[in-house]
Amino acid sequence: MNNIWTIAKREYDNYFNSPLAYVVMLAILLPLGIYFVLILLFSSQNAFMGGGTAPDTLQINWLFIFLMVFLAPAITMRLISDEARMGTLELMLTAPVKDFEFVAGKWLGAMMFVLTAALVTLIFPIVLNNFVSPGLDWKTVISSYIGLILVASAMLSLGVGISAIFSNQFAAFFVTLGLFFFLWFFVNMPAGLIPESSDLLNYLSMSYHFSQNINRGSMTLAGITYYLSLTALGLFIGTTAIEIRRWR
Amino acid sequence: MIKVSGLTKDYGARRAVHNLNFNAQQGEIVGFLGPNGAGKTTTMRILTGYMPPSDGEAIVAGYDVVEESLEVRKRVGYLPETVPLYTDMVVFDYLKYMGDLRRLPDVEDRVDEVLDMVGLLDRAQGYIGNLSKGMRQRVGLAQALLHSPEVLILDEPTIGLDPNQVVEVRELIREIGKEKTVLLSTHLLNEAQNLCDRVLIINKGKIVAEDTTENLQARLLGAERVVVKVRGDGDQLADTVKEVKGVRKVETLEDGAVEFEFASGKDLRPEVAKHVIKTGYDLLELRPLGMSLEEIFIELTSYDGKKK
Repeated sequence: MNNIWTIAKREYDNYFNSPLAYVVMLAILLPLGIYFVLILLFSSQNAFMGGGTAPDTLQINWLFIFLMVFLAPAITMRLISDEARMGTLELMLTAPVKDFEFVAGKWLGAMMFVLTAALVTLIFPIVLNNFVSPGLDWKTVISSYIGLILVASAMLSLGVGISAIFSNQFAAFFVTLGLFFFLWFFVNMPAGLIPESSDLLNYLSMSYHFSQNINRGSMTLAGITYYLSLTALGLFIGTTAIEIRRWR
Repeated sequence: MIKVSGLTKDYGARRAVHNLNFNAQQGEIVGFLGPNGAGKTTTMRILTGYMPPSDGEAIVAGYDVVEESLEVRKRVGYLPETVPLYTDMVVFDYLKYMGDLRRLPDVEDRVDEVLDMVGLLDRAQGYIGNLSKGMRQRVGLAQALLHSPEVLILDEPTIGLDPNQVVEVRELIREIGKEKTVLLSTHLLNEAQNLCDRVLIINKGKIVAEDTTENLQARLLGAERVVVKVRGDGDQLADTVKEVKGVRKVETLEDGAVEFEFASGKDLRPEVAKHVIKTGYDLLELRPLGMSLEEIFIELTSYDGKKK
């Protein structure tokens, strides 16, 4: 456990040494900030016209996760592939660190980076809470944030796992992006056409559990299990890829 | 401390290391010599727990490299050939990170200590990426020494260092080698000759010789070579030497001296001396020649270990 923390901490610090981290942070926070202002303006206009609904921040978390489809591959692409390219993987694999600890440390470092961004976005519900009466439904907000953490965890874990397979970070990026596109947009597309399989296809969709349940305040067991399973799968892929590298 | 038996490693269809057997004891510096692609790095990677062998067994510091890999890794200090380093890290932070992974107590004091040992204390706060190749090599060495390992495995430890640093690093290795087990690979044959108690010569994945450099010389020569020098111009000296029975391979050197060879076992130097003096020369020198490690190396690695 100590080693996972040591690796995660270095990885987290390392993010802020590279311009990519700031670009990613900006790519998350700037659209969310603009979206938040638009929500406020739109809601106040609707209220002025005597209609509309109270503004909420759930759409912001949905946008956060949607952006993560594109940004998570950028956050994770170099985590292990770059160590393989630079040769530092040899250093790590000859240190007294278990392969799983190494992969989990990388994942946790990336999680801490995304959680930092998520922490900044907490400002939106806090601000909004002062503008709506009788205040926000915090149960739904908390559910939405837990969902955000679960989805990010699954995405980053799969990204780290794929990064362990490649020695080229761009290969890792595109394969991860392709997988996320499939799981986010395409996997449940035929659900309408094949009603008998729609439950299964929706279950496999990365966006479905978040958009339909968790982001609406309904923490379904199916959703939680799905994202935790993907997290475990990503860590398993990463650890196995490292094992295979040793045997090659 | 290192016990290797029947070690074999295949990369697909290519056999990189074939049935290696050797030992290295505590307080011994063993040199690992061989041409590029001979299997030195592969063997070192197996011994450090980086990769498992395809067959055979290796025990390092009392633990099996496959079954108890983590225990081996705790006790081995390793400097890989390419000295991989996190170039975006500060020297001190990097070594502290490696020390934290090894859960060293008082890691910051220990980092200062090893930086002092490798002469980098004044660069502790510099970025690794800004260091020269020689300095990076020393950071790599500091990393390998950080946990006072029982076994030190060094892949080309002095490559890229300037002559003064080479002397310092060799002195450091010699000092460490008094108490620990050191296995080092090198292309610099004089390094092996000066530093190592024993050398293993490996070619095409097989050990072709294993002994002290002195014993290797004696084993390979099979013949004694001698240089004879006389006062003045020794134009006819080669012919004079040839007249002694049993002398062969007579050659005149650039400075007029003559080199010859005779079969081991029967020392022909007295006969040659007598004959040269009798012919009227003033004999200045009659010096036996050893075989350099370079020659041993070429001899062993050019012919798959079979003597010409």
